[in-house]
Amino acid sequence: MDHLIGALVGAPLLGAGILLTGGRRLDRTGHWIGCLLSAASFVIGALLFADMLGKSGSARTMTSHLFSWVPVAGFQANVSFQLDQLSMTFVLLITGVGTLIHIYSVGYMEQDENRRRFFGYLNLFLAAMLLLVLADNYLLLYMGWEGVGLASYLLIGFWQHKPSAATAAKKAFIVNRVGDMGLSIAIMVMFATFGSFSFGPVFSHATSASQAKLTVIGLLLLLGACGKSAQVPLQSWLGDAMEGPTPVSALIHAATMVTAGVYLITRSSAIFNAAPAAQLAVTVVGAVTLLFGAIVGCAKDDIKKALAGSTMSQIGYMILAAGLGPIGYVFAIMHLITHGFFKAGLFLGAGSVMHGMNDEVDMRKFGGLRKFMPVTYVTFGLAYLAIIGFPGLSGYWSKDKIIEAAFAKGGTDGWILGGVALLGAGITAFYMTRVMLMTFFGEKRWVPDADGHEPHPHEAPRTMTIPMIILAFGSVFAGGLFSLNSSFLHWLEPVTGHTEGHSPVSTVLIQAATLVVLALGLGLAWVQYGRQAVPAVAPRGSLLTRAARRDLLQDDFNHVALVKPGEYLTRGLVYLDHSVVDGVVNGTAASVGGLSGRMRRLQNGYVRSYAVSMLGGTAVLVAATLLMRGV
Amino acid sequence: MSSFPLLTVTAVVPAVGAIATAAVPAARRTAAKWLALAFSLATLVLAGVIAARFTPGGARYQLSESHAWIADFGVRYELGVDGIAVVLIGLTALLVPFVMLAGWHDADVLEEHRPNRNWRPTQGFFALILLVEAMVVIAFESTDVFLFYIFFEAMLIPMYFLIGGFGDRAGAHSEDEQAKQRSYAAVKFLLYNLLGGLIMLAAVIGLYVVTAHQLGHGTFSLPQILQARAAGQLHMSTTAERWIFLGFFFAFAVKAPLWPLHTWLPNAMGEATAPVAVLITAVVDKVGTFAMLRYCLQLFPNASNWATPVILVLSLISIVYGALLAVGQRDIKRLVAYASISHFGFIILGIFAMTSQGQSGAALYMVNHGVSTAAWLLVAGFLISRRGSRLITDFGGVQKVAPLLAGTFLVGSLAILSLPGLGPFVSEFLVLVGTFTRYPVLGVIATFAIVLAALYVLVLYQRTMTGPVKAGIESMKDLRLRELVVAGPLIALLIFLGVYPKPVTNYINPAVKDTLSDVHKTDPAPQINAVAKETAK
Repeated sequence: MDHLIGALVGAPLLGAGILLTGGRRLDRTGHWIGCLLSAASFVIGALLFADMLGKSGSARTMTSHLFSWVPVAGFQANVSFQLDQLSMTFVLLITGVGTLIHIYSVGYMEQDENRRRFFGYLNLFLAAMLLLVLADNYLLLYMGWEGVGLASYLLIGFWQHKPSAATAAKKAFIVNRVGDMGLSIAIMVMFATFGSFSFGPVFSHATSASQAKLTVIGLLLLLGACGKSAQVPLQSWLGDAMEGPTPVSALIHAATMVTAGVYLITRSSAIFNAAPAAQLAVTVVGAVTLLFGAIVGCAKDDIKKALAGSTMSQIGYMILAAGLGPIGYVFAIMHLITHGFFKAGLFLGAGSVMHGMNDEVDMRKFGGLRKFMPVTYVTFGLAYLAIIGFPGLSGYWSKDKIIEAAFAKGGTDGWILGGVALLGAGITAFYMTRVMLMTFFGEKRWVPDADGHEPHPHEAPRTMTIPMIILAFGSVFAGGLFSLNSSFLHWLEPVTGHTEGHSPVSTVLIQAATLVVLALGLGLAWVQYGRQAVPAVAPRGSLLTRAARRDLLQDDFNHVALVKPGEYLTRGLVYLDHSVVDGVVNGTAASVGGLSGRMRRLQNGYVRSYAVSMLGGTAVLVAATLLMRGV
Repeated sequence: MSSFPLLTVTAVVPAVGAIATAAVPAARRTAAKWLALAFSLATLVLAGVIAARFTPGGARYQLSESHAWIADFGVRYELGVDGIAVVLIGLTALLVPFVMLAGWHDADVLEEHRPNRNWRPTQGFFALILLVEAMVVIAFESTDVFLFYIFFEAMLIPMYFLIGGFGDRAGAHSEDEQAKQRSYAAVKFLLYNLLGGLIMLAAVIGLYVVTAHQLGHGTFSLPQILQARAAGQLHMSTTAERWIFLGFFFAFAVKAPLWPLHTWLPNAMGEATAPVAVLITAVVDKVGTFAMLRYCLQLFPNASNWATPVILVLSLISIVYGALLAVGQRDIKRLVAYASISHFGFIILGIFAMTSQGQSGAALYMVNHGVSTAAWLLVAGFLISRRGSRLITDFGGVQKVAPLLAGTFLVGSLAILSLPGLGPFVSEFLVLVGTFTRYPVLGVIATFAIVLAALYVLVLYQRTMTGPVKAGIESMKDLRLRELVVAGPLIALLIFLGVYPKPVTNYINPAVKDTLSDVHKTDPAPQINAVAKETAK
């Protein structure tokens, strides 16, 4: 079975290759080729999963060595894969949810003349993400890591005739590159410390390295994770990334890309477990982002941007959990999977709403859509209940565990992190209820689009609704299923390790408190957006609201702190290079070489200049020979 | 067969091709192009034969030829190749046909006004390219310092005519002003490199004096000098070694080019046609970095170690400075030139980090930089010639009207920013890791360039290819078959080198091992040798 691991990556990669080089003749079948190869990868994943379930213990880790990638003395990077329970979990999420998004896109992108290219990019995205989670060493992981960055660049900028889309794509790539820099330096430190960057040797000797080294590696990996997972301070690309077609948002937010950071930290547990300072930094980043995203999510009127804020916040929960160490890893991944279902459901639902509303995204121009789009309403509604942690649904099981684990960290840290996680649950309930009410309830606030077309909301075609229904099932049942007999914990424990946390407050009390803040958030949203009519134009709002609308001034900060000084620096250097460096070197050259006169004089003819310089050269030569005589 | 002078023949074939091409009558210029292309392909085949006959890990210099030449001065006609030379000869022979195909019509504009019956600019253009190829090949093959020097200098002459005679006529100014700019660029190129060359000549003479003094007979032969040193017959005094080293290094640093001797490159690359610019940066400049590895390190190991700190700092400045300057450019070709300056910084950093990863990375970087810059700049040249402008602001929305052109340009761009999966990533990462193990701070600073590279590459792509279609772009044609024949194989090669560089590293690694032992350097050992412990289990 082991040799099938390569095929997991190979199938979507083949799809990308065919679709991107096949040309116009594949326009009519291309999207189905894309779906087929994505589904093929899922089927292979399911076969391997069945095989893995039949084994036990360490036999569940399968490896597959393909070839030696970069063989240089002392430096061995291989193209080889490792499939264990953690990778398997990701494989099923990526290919499963990914395939649903492929199928949905068949309908969503029907009118786009470049649909074939779109599917090529989707396939490339899956291939890169699968490479990322299957690599058995950090350098190959890095290849997938940057591949994901490339695929997101291509997809966010898919409508590149729009300057905003092109800018958003570039921004995503460059912000991610800052994170990638962290990951690449981490690999260098690993190489200098362990002489290797393969998981096996690094993890088994992690504890022999000094604490300082491990902390440095941990912090650099965290920087990488911040980029891909849109965590503070590298969060600014995520909101703009909504410029891509909506299925892309679903793919980036649910199945791929932003989950990569959580994977990286969980995978590197051996390093983080031995570096408490780095772990603390991870939890702080998670907690800050959790609130940051939630606050931004409350203020956005653009349905996709509100959901983007929500993703940041939910990934914040996962990063926080991963930073807690063995009490949190399993729950980080569990929340990642349940989030994969409901966030994909929410984005596909949002896409369906836009599909029926002339691509409108402003929720102030929605309202009352539940009667017109029943399937979208029900599936979106179930995903909504799941994300706010409604008891019994998927999000409830996974988020609750993270809140408990945060308290269980103990000490002041535990209280602060637990408090933040709890508060976040309340804000989540608020902003998601707001989205729900503004979109599906209340009065119609529809307006004609720029070309004067009245919106005629209608349910989306089957290719779009079926994936939404499947995801709704996941949103409802996955969490409960995973928690049945702690099945998910037992599945993942051999890889990530697990210790039971000891909370200073009883579990029941935390659960009760969670329900209380949930009810508060929900009630507050109802008072504001359910009981009162939603104004068509956003009120001015408080200072915080206005700041949150501008993503808490992230872009303003980056502009002042980085972009402007950078512009001045490059402009200054361009001037300097022309006037000073060039001038000085020209001047020195003219005098040192004994080349008579200025450049201009020499432009008259090649022969003359050559003759003059030869003469000068001969003089230098004679002088040098005389000097060397004495040696 | 063993006495067949393969190396000589590989250099002579393009030289003969140059003469044959130049001799084609004025009226038969298409025939001249095909003839030149045929000779360049024949050279490529010979380069393949060299690679096949070379045994990686065998003798240090193979396929050697040695004949007395100017006996009075100990000058010999000595050729021999190590793995790095094999790879770079391959790169040269590979790129020249693409340069020719891309520049198929570059000389046409000069055909319009015929001053006399013997006016043959097309023949001249292609003959000069072949002549450069011949000289570069023999420079890579020489193991005699004087022989190397002659061709190191001589290649300036055809390059001068290529730059000054065949501009791309896409500047912002009038025809007259452009001619002036072109002439300025060509003269600047010549003077900078001549100055470097003359200083090197003094150092070459110095080397002769030292060997004559100590061995009793002056020699320029690299193998002889290395042998004499190994046998303990040759001891250069510290001062002499340092001065001679500096003379050599200065010439190579101008050619490479290294900050602050880089300013001729943006002029030359900006004014030359794109294929000639590729010839400059991807082929001719490689002789500079190649010579650092072969001559500076092998002839002057102690002085190399002595100068390392300064050189490392200069190369680091090149990396960051080149990248920042590239961000600030408005002219596409000047942007490419500054990007190259940044990349040459990486190559020199890798050489002087004095680690296996750094030097293997640097040698591999030469190949990858050649292929990636060719892919990027040749497609940029197709773009520029369509619009008749090099200014970034004259473009916009090209993706909409010419998707193939935009797509191939994007792949070239991604190679330049070292995306994993494409060749340049492997070499750049090796250089970084090899630098980091010995000089962590330098490694970290150099890594900042990966963000800057993403910036200049993607901003260029965004401004030219995306957004609404600009005026003057609407009717732009997509790539023709000839242009696809240029872009396609280069892209395929970039992917191949990114996924499976082993065939190339097989040639490079043994040569790097020899060079490192010349300079008495071993790789810094990891603090915990996890790999050794794993295998010991």
